[in-house]
Amino acid sequence: MKNLFAIPLAVTAVTLLVLAMMFGVGWDRPPVAAEQIGFRGVGMETVSNPRVTAQLEALNQMPPPPYELTAEEIRDSPLAGEVYENVQVLGDLPEVQFTRLMAAITEWVAPEEGCGYCHNLENLADDSVYTKIVSRRMIQMTWNINENWGNHVQETGVNCYTCHRGKNVPEYIWFENAGLPAAQGAMGWRNGQNIGSGGVAGTSLPYDPFSAYLVGDEPIRVQVQQALPASTGSTGGSIQSTEKTYALMLHMSESLGVNCTYCHNSRAFGNWEQSPPARTTAYHGIDMVREMNTDYLVPLRDTYPENRLGPTGDAPKAYCSTCHQGVNKPLLGAPMLEQWPSLAASP
Amino acid sequence: MALLSFERKYRVRGGTLIGGDLFDFWFGPFYVGFFGVTTIFFAVLGTALIFYSAALGPTWNPWQINIAPPDLSYGLGLAPLQEGGFWQVITICAIGSFVSWALREVEICRKLGMGYHVPIAFGVAIFAYVTLVVIRPVLMGAWGHAFPYGILSHLDWVSNVGYQYLHFHYNPAHMLAVTFFFTTTLLLSLHGAVVLSSVNPQKGHTVKTPEHEDAYVRDTIGYSIGTLGIHRLGLFMALNAGFWSAICIVISGPFWTRGWPEWWNWWLDLPVWN
Repeated sequence: MKNLFAIPLAVTAVTLLVLAMMFGVGWDRPPVAAEQIGFRGVGMETVSNPRVTAQLEALNQMPPPPYELTAEEIRDSPLAGEVYENVQVLGDLPEVQFTRLMAAITEWVAPEEGCGYCHNLENLADDSVYTKIVSRRMIQMTWNINENWGNHVQETGVNCYTCHRGKNVPEYIWFENAGLPAAQGAMGWRNGQNIGSGGVAGTSLPYDPFSAYLVGDEPIRVQVQQALPASTGSTGGSIQSTEKTYALMLHMSESLGVNCTYCHNSRAFGNWEQSPPARTTAYHGIDMVREMNTDYLVPLRDTYPENRLGPTGDAPKAYCSTCHQGVNKPLLGAPMLEQWPSLAASP
Repeated sequence: MALLSFERKYRVRGGTLIGGDLFDFWFGPFYVGFFGVTTIFFAVLGTALIFYSAALGPTWNPWQINIAPPDLSYGLGLAPLQEGGFWQVITICAIGSFVSWALREVEICRKLGMGYHVPIAFGVAIFAYVTLVVIRPVLMGAWGHAFPYGILSHLDWVSNVGYQYLHFHYNPAHMLAVTFFFTTTLLLSLHGAVVLSSVNPQKGHTVKTPEHEDAYVRDTIGYSIGTLGIHRLGLFMALNAGFWSAICIVISGPFWTRGWPEWWNWWLDLPVWN
């Protein structure tokens, strides 16, 4: 009479699963907020939960400068390069501004460790601490973003807090293959799929579209441009590359807290004329992140100690959520250069 | 229209819900009744408004005619006719005629002493439509969340609303609805194949009985639900398909604003493997 136990067992298991899906998920409820971004009636809109939006607003506040400086103080100050030794990137800054920036960076990146996180406290000019080398390069990266990528960051710009948010290492970074468990035999190759990785919104899609698109330069566009394509090679992507593209797009959506229609009219994903303008901003963002990774973050690999590297020994890299952290404009569009003109462009 | 020889014996008096004997008559082969009159009224008015609205629009291309609901900014208020008002009146007419037709079915069931299976089944389809154009828009606070009346435009709506939740195939109620739709069509095709095979035997053979069909199905898949049971099962599957379609769209927006893949985190977070 094995069935006598099998049936209650199955009923219990199903009941528990139903309870888990009813109460284990964060359901929303009306009223919800919606914004129309296209012609009426065709579903071009974003929908959000105003309670969640309020939480995001609380999480995304740009901290004020540690202290204020008057115009006279800045005018009368000597340059940092004249006062201190070995100031390689910020030497042209008036000393009072330089010191205030150092104080701000401490709050942004190492609020608990203080100056000693990057400096040898016996000799602040010493370059022996790796974090000092990294932060020097990060200042150059910030300049590059603000100076050359206005088509993505606009006048708002970025500063250290955009990514760091009071942490030594920004919370949202990515590494290469972290020892993927593989099935056996003919099923061994899984194309990175069915992991449920948070980086691609918890889907079964390939978990690492980033190496291909945000370090490498593989074509992201996979949509066929004609009816009844004659061959896949010339007219569109394979299923694998399509799923990789979808994975990248889901990462972008999750990172920005938006949906596909924020940038695309899904009746013609690839058609620029039918796309909302946000797509242009996102397009430049992909190129910007690729440059950040290849020119700044990946080359720092040998500067980092081992505990900062990924499981395969690669450098930490950026993607969309590194800055965006769940909102369509990092820190909800707070101006990040207004108080920090020294980060706006290289001198 | 031909009047079948046995039609007359189905013409039973009484059983009306509204109007007593006033509308209890037949027009040719068609029962009229109070709800037949309201059906005609709403259907004619609604269709006329569709043509009027289309005439004011930019195209007569039947694929491209689009009668869209108002902008979200109108909320749950009334909109000017050409900015969604037509859609609103046409929606009232559609619901009026669908519900009238269902109630006319109820009257016919009462006349014939039948169960209410047919109006209930049609009621599920009406419920799915009302969910799309009334319940969900009201829950979300604007008529503009409903779908537009147009062949291509309503497909654009379906596509965009699906992508609003990143990947609609991860919607659990959508999974159920799709499964019920596929299963009900599979059942219908299997059932129809068995019946047609039984009543169309090869030359020289006699027509087979339901017992033969039962035996065939038992031999093939191990179990036969029977001649009455297959229709109950088919109805159950079909109604569930429509019902879960309504559920899958009413939870998208009012009760879930993020991507549907994220909903499945409860599974990834189960203590069994997390």
